[in-house]
Amino acid sequence: MNRDWGALLTRARAGDKRAVARLISGVEEGGGTARTVLDQVWPQTGHARVFGITGPPGAGKSTLTDALTKCWRQAGLRVGILAVDPTSPFTGGAILGDRVRMGDLTLDEGVFIRSMGTRGRLGGLSPASSGAIHILDACGYDLILVETVGVGQSEVAVVETADVVLVLTVPGLGDDVQAIKAGILEIGDLFAVNKADRPGADRTANELRTMLTLGETEKRDLPVLLVSAAQNQGVAELCQAMEQRFSQLEGSGELARRRELRLRSELLTQIRDGMERRLLDPLLEGADFQQAMERFQARQGSPYQWAEEFVRHINMGGSG
Amino acid sequence: MNGKEQWEVGVVAKALEKHPERRAAFETSSGIPVERLYTPEDVVGSYEERLGYPGQYPFTRGIQPTMYRGRFWTMRQYAGFATAEESNKRYQYLLEQGQTGLSIAFDLPTQIGYDSDDPMAHGEVGKVGVAIDSLADMEILFQGIPLDKVSSSMTINAPAAVLLAFYIAAAEKQGVPASALKGTIQNDILKEYAARGTYIFPPAPSMRLITNTFAFCAQNVPKWNTISISGYHIREAGSTAAQEIAFTLADGIAYVEAALEAGMDVDDFAGRLSFFFNAHNNLLEEVAKYRAARRLWAKIMKERFHAKKDRSMMLRFHTQTGGSTLTAQQPDNNIVRVAIQTLAAVLGGTQSLHTNSRDEALALPTEDSVRIALRTQQIVAYESGVADTIDPLAGSYYVEHMTDQLQAAAEAYIAKIDEMGGAVKAVEQGYIQREIAESSYQYQRQVEAGQQIVVGVNKFTIEEPPVKGLMHIDSSVAANQIKKLQAMKAGRDNVLVSQRLEALRTAAQGTENLMPYILDCARVYCTEGEICGELRKVFGEYHPMEVL
Amino acid sequence: MSEKKIRVLIAKPGLDGHDRGAKVVARALRDAGFEVIYTGLRQTPEQIVAAAIAEDVDAVGLSLLSGAHNYLFPRVIELLREQGADDILVFGGGVIPEEDIPGLKKAGVAEIFTPGTPTSETVKFLRERCGDKQ
Repeated sequence: MNRDWGALLTRARAGDKRAVARLISGVEEGGGTARTVLDQVWPQTGHARVFGITGPPGAGKSTLTDALTKCWRQAGLRVGILAVDPTSPFTGGAILGDRVRMGDLTLDEGVFIRSMGTRGRLGGLSPASSGAIHILDACGYDLILVETVGVGQSEVAVVETADVVLVLTVPGLGDDVQAIKAGILEIGDLFAVNKADRPGADRTANELRTMLTLGETEKRDLPVLLVSAAQNQGVAELCQAMEQRFSQLEGSGELARRRELRLRSELLTQIRDGMERRLLDPLLEGADFQQAMERFQARQGSPYQWAEEFVRHINMGGSG
Repeated sequence: MNGKEQWEVGVVAKALEKHPERRAAFETSSGIPVERLYTPEDVVGSYEERLGYPGQYPFTRGIQPTMYRGRFWTMRQYAGFATAEESNKRYQYLLEQGQTGLSIAFDLPTQIGYDSDDPMAHGEVGKVGVAIDSLADMEILFQGIPLDKVSSSMTINAPAAVLLAFYIAAAEKQGVPASALKGTIQNDILKEYAARGTYIFPPAPSMRLITNTFAFCAQNVPKWNTISISGYHIREAGSTAAQEIAFTLADGIAYVEAALEAGMDVDDFAGRLSFFFNAHNNLLEEVAKYRAARRLWAKIMKERFHAKKDRSMMLRFHTQTGGSTLTAQQPDNNIVRVAIQTLAAVLGGTQSLHTNSRDEALALPTEDSVRIALRTQQIVAYESGVADTIDPLAGSYYVEHMTDQLQAAAEAYIAKIDEMGGAVKAVEQGYIQREIAESSYQYQRQVEAGQQIVVGVNKFTIEEPPVKGLMHIDSSVAANQIKKLQAMKAGRDNVLVSQRLEALRTAAQGTENLMPYILDCARVYCTEGEICGELRKVFGEYHPMEVL
Repeated sequence: MSEKKIRVLIAKPGLDGHDRGAKVVARALRDAGFEVIYTGLRQTPEQIVAAAIAEDVDAVGLSLLSGAHNYLFPRVIELLREQGADDILVFGGGVIPEEDIPGLKKAGVAEIFTPGTPTSETVKFLRERCGDKQ
């Protein structure tokens, strides 16, 4: 469909949520549409702070996102939320239910919530997450909260999209240590134990601190906070800690380094995709490839030999 | 080879060669396998221990020594719609028709603590039940109905304490003391979180309100059933029969524990606990379900809570036929379903029964439909003969086996819930909701795959014209109710109202029993919305853990 | 190249807490490959419309058993219209008497699925109406 994406962006930047939503759908659609949208949006990005929230299932990420958002709204900030839920690998469908815990925010003009399915991507985010972040950024949301799926896998993709990552856990998930171990300790910039009214919260927090002490030296003094999102206790403190963490990273130059890495990785991804389209697509359609496949299947020539053969003959010429 | 084995390799094998059975395997709603034949070998344990005698532990055969030979179950049709005036007329009609107890249905705003003029109530006033905003409406609801003579069951949960206060205050106006009142409030918040959805406050203050009513009634309204722990809605939400027993009794355990924690003695309140189950079409599984529930509850009360009084161990229950079994297609077929379900409840030893009307998958029932539903109970009572001896299906190899199986399945669930820290935790973690949703989706898939037949829906269907003459609640009901509410507010002592509300709020911040404060509010015509509003300020609201 | 996914918001307007049907439909749509946004109980028409817009859904499914459909369903459509989002399809389900259906359709409800309707019919309907919108 040919939309006037520029006009849509103008509307979106003026606060029209429908236009914001349409832009995000554009990047979700992928392909040429995503490109057109990002071409338009890009010059306006680079202002928002992006906070990632990750943690095991049942940690209360959505409830906390709701509470944190209210806290930042009181400070007058506009908040964009991306809530990611898993897409079924079998049917391609998904139930996106994070809004249930954010009902109060729905009618807040200064909040934009979008639910996304992982659509086959591993790592806890959606393939269009970064595009959606850029759009919210361009539309003047000061803070963007990205909530990962929380299926208990290592949700490391959040590191590649967020400035600061909060790792959330709760007491009583069975083996507390195990619940946190699954690769997310390394990605946290700060930590919180939710449902602090439950027995065992202090213990869980202490275990976390111990684990951090045992790990890399720079993680040793990371904050571990107690919070009770549903009761709105400790939320203001957590907000403050997240902002402080952001300032620290900014001050130390770490933030700039991360952002550079992130942009570089985003650029490389596009270059890689572009090269693939440009070089691989014609190759796959060619007769040479078909013939090669037949011989290859007949066990003539190893994969390495064939790859070398093809790469050597790819036209590396520039434009023209 | 024993006799049964010989039979199987002999005549059965031969018959199967010629005609295979309808299905490779048969099972109940709870997934319990149903064998071709049951024999004495399928019944284990001693008679005295497993079954015993009616009116005695473990109450498998019934809670009263003579059961329906003394008196039939209470025929109690759940009713209420539109305004207090209209519902009052329906109650008078039902009492004239031979109904023996009232069962009050409230509209959703009343169930969730909103007055009729609240923006949240828009479109819902008087729709699924009667709108009660204050004592003034309660007085009209029971005009001409002597509250010392009739027993009233009120389907009210989150604001149960408030509606009970209205009822007590209305009785006072009739000159009837609280001590003479008979009836039930549902007051079961846990199944609201898990299955029915009309919650207001978070679990902790909700449990406080519940134990407050336990304690208040033990002192002041001794004949009142302070809670009706409900499996009905759990089943309606799609659970199996085994889950219905398990989640209901797990909720029951949580209430007992809460009352013990509040410092009460188990025998002081356990006798006033009552239960509420569903009746579905699988007749024999249902009968077994009630018997299993009775035996299991008795065991829990005796062994876990060390109750001493027999009454504390008795599972007394109300039954309603299964709303979700009613079909919008060929609605007259529902009369037959309700008759089977009635038999299940009666053969299972229910203390009271509501029979659904044939048109309830379409709208609120008409008067004609309600009469047929009531007649169904009367025919089973007076004509079928099943009420003439106690627990007549006992000793059926199948029914006894199924009773054991259901009890075992329920005990396994309860053990799991115990492990999670009890029913409150299990609900907070979404475990119970998830289990119910899973069963419900499985059932739907079976129906759509044609593995589960629903007559008139996925088999034996016909083209039929739309049903005429359904009951309609028009929007003038809301307008009138709001007008009435505003007039009442203008006429009351508003200074006194604010004082009482203030006192309630202060009490809510502390740990006192809130019932006397709520009753004081009720007496001076504070509205339900005002009372719940004060409590909302202190307690906050519950936000569900949605599970799909 | 990625296919266009059908996105559907399933909502429970009003105060009715019976969500069995809504949940079953949500699951069936998921199993049919749709993205389903579920908003939970007690949603006001305003909340439903705001969510539908932010989520840029193709359709909104409203489930209601309390009898308040004649007010709540048209109200959702009216608000969508006010926001210029009346291209979003609205369908409904629950305890809805046959005689109310013509009025609801006239108000703009695309289809009403009454009790006993197989979920496969809802899936088929949405595929037909939302599948090739582009």
